[in-house]
Amino acid sequence: MRTKLLAAVFILGVALAAACPLKAQSASSSASSSASSSASSSASAAAAPSPVEDRLTRLEQKTAEAQSAGDNAWMLTCSALVLMMTGPGLALFYGGLVRQKNVLATMMHSFALMALVTVVWAFVGYSLCFHSGNPFVGGFGYSFLNGVGSAPDPDYAATIPQQTFMIYQLMFAIITPALISGAIAERVRFSAVAVFMILWSLLVYAPMAHMVWGKGGLLNASLGGRFPTLDFAGGTVVHITSGVSALVCALYIKRRVGYPQRPMKPHSVVLSVIGACLLWVGWFGFNAGSALAANGLATSAFVATHLAAAAAALGWAGAEWMRNGKPSVLGAISGAVAGLVAITPASGFVKPMPALAIGLVAGVFCYMMVALVKMKLGYDDSLDAFGVHGAGGTIGAVLTGVFATRAVNPIFKDSAGRELPVGLMDGNAGQMANQLIGIAIAWALAIVGSLVILKIVDTLIGFRVSEEQETAGLDLTQHGEEGYNLET
Amino acid sequence: MTKIEAIIQPSRFEAVKEALIDAGVVGMTVTDVRGHGRQKGHTEVYRGREYSIDLNPKIKVEIIVADKLVEPAVAAILKAARTGKIGDGKIFLTRVDDAIRIRNEERGENAL
Repeated sequence: MRTKLLAAVFILGVALAAACPLKAQSASSSASSSASSSASSSASAAAAPSPVEDRLTRLEQKTAEAQSAGDNAWMLTCSALVLMMTGPGLALFYGGLVRQKNVLATMMHSFALMALVTVVWAFVGYSLCFHSGNPFVGGFGYSFLNGVGSAPDPDYAATIPQQTFMIYQLMFAIITPALISGAIAERVRFSAVAVFMILWSLLVYAPMAHMVWGKGGLLNASLGGRFPTLDFAGGTVVHITSGVSALVCALYIKRRVGYPQRPMKPHSVVLSVIGACLLWVGWFGFNAGSALAANGLATSAFVATHLAAAAAALGWAGAEWMRNGKPSVLGAISGAVAGLVAITPASGFVKPMPALAIGLVAGVFCYMMVALVKMKLGYDDSLDAFGVHGAGGTIGAVLTGVFATRAVNPIFKDSAGRELPVGLMDGNAGQMANQLIGIAIAWALAIVGSLVILKIVDTLIGFRVSEEQETAGLDLTQHGEEGYNLET
Repeated sequence: MTKIEAIIQPSRFEAVKEALIDAGVVGMTVTDVRGHGRQKGHTEVYRGREYSIDLNPKIKVEIIVADKLVEPAVAAILKAARTGKIGDGKIFLTRVDDAIRIRNEERGENAL
């Protein structure tokens, strides 16, 4: 009965989605045609232009078009790279870490979000994040992607179509809830996860993304926020929200049957290595792409990202080597991911050596969170979504405030246009307070939002599978399949 | 006829197989097994969690041989499977009443 209802809702949603693009497209094409007509009218407005001026105007137009072509090519590539982080990157990374009987269900948590969040995003998600609303959440002006066309929105990115900006941001909205699934792996009902993730992306992700990145957002550092928080590519928006929500989920739905007495070894670290490498590559789209242009800042973020990942891999594996006598492969790849998480908010603000330092600190810190603190506290964050993303995101957001410099990104300027110091080492100690406010808001929103949604979904659907289903495995009981049928 | 079951280290399997063939054994059945005798297991560490693995991977070789081949086959296994460390495995001998080739219903040692 309940399944039928869910299916009906889904079909209705798809039908709606199919019907809406008509409206959205007509709006976007009219927007772009009005933009081009206004451009041509302004060109003809200068009465009888001299041949030189005329040529100059055309030259300027061509230059702008050339820059737009370069930026747009880069941003579309980055959009694809960030999607690749969820599927197959995260799907493989998480899929390898669970037991064989749950590999498909775990991969499905990532893959399903590629579809679900996309539809939600097109309906209202993008609008709630990026339309100007109040300081806490965006308005409904871009619902069904109305008015999101090929004309750029100069507040966000002046040289690429807003539609490019929209699809790029969508990929962030997809991976963020997918990260949470690591904390609840191997014991949850698929339908409950699907509903939880939809609500979470509207009630937690959208407000946080709007506050940090949206026009007039409370924490927005470049568009006049009350507490300008530095978050280049999503340390608070993506990693703290998902990591802290992951911890809340793990505590709420409790441990897996048999944890921690029974062994629950990763069934294929091989898959996880492939996944981690894809995450590393995809992260260049995530961080360097957050420059929203193919410019020097993108290069700077690319370099910072890569150095941090390398240092963190060495940090985690080295800490393990000292403590256990062996550097594990799982440790090295987990470290790389932790470093990528920590550098995310900092990537567009710091120089290469601070990036290395951030990575190294994050690698060791996240290792201690996962290997020591988790054991002490006894919660079952199956795949360490909190230990890596919550802890790494938090330390990254703090260190961003320490190391951010105007030499990389002069984001703060006075009324005369002079560049002001950005982070603590740059001479702006007050930024630390703003970073902590941003972190605190992200934590609070994630805790409260997740608890409310958990309660709703658990009451309506029931979050956990039965003990028999958990023992039999989620692949069979939730999806009617098995991951490996090698001998049939 | 005697059934020889040898549980050996996976790393010694190729050598044991060659030695048995050299000794004149014509057929064998091989299985991947896990188990332990006196050998202690090992530990694996995943993200700081230690797992003690007390069942070790082994290979079980089963052969049925004519009486005159029992001692040469056992000698071949002993020589090829021994590393001298704990965990080298064991050999079990069992009397076999009869053997039947399914294709033509030959019986006894002729069926081997």
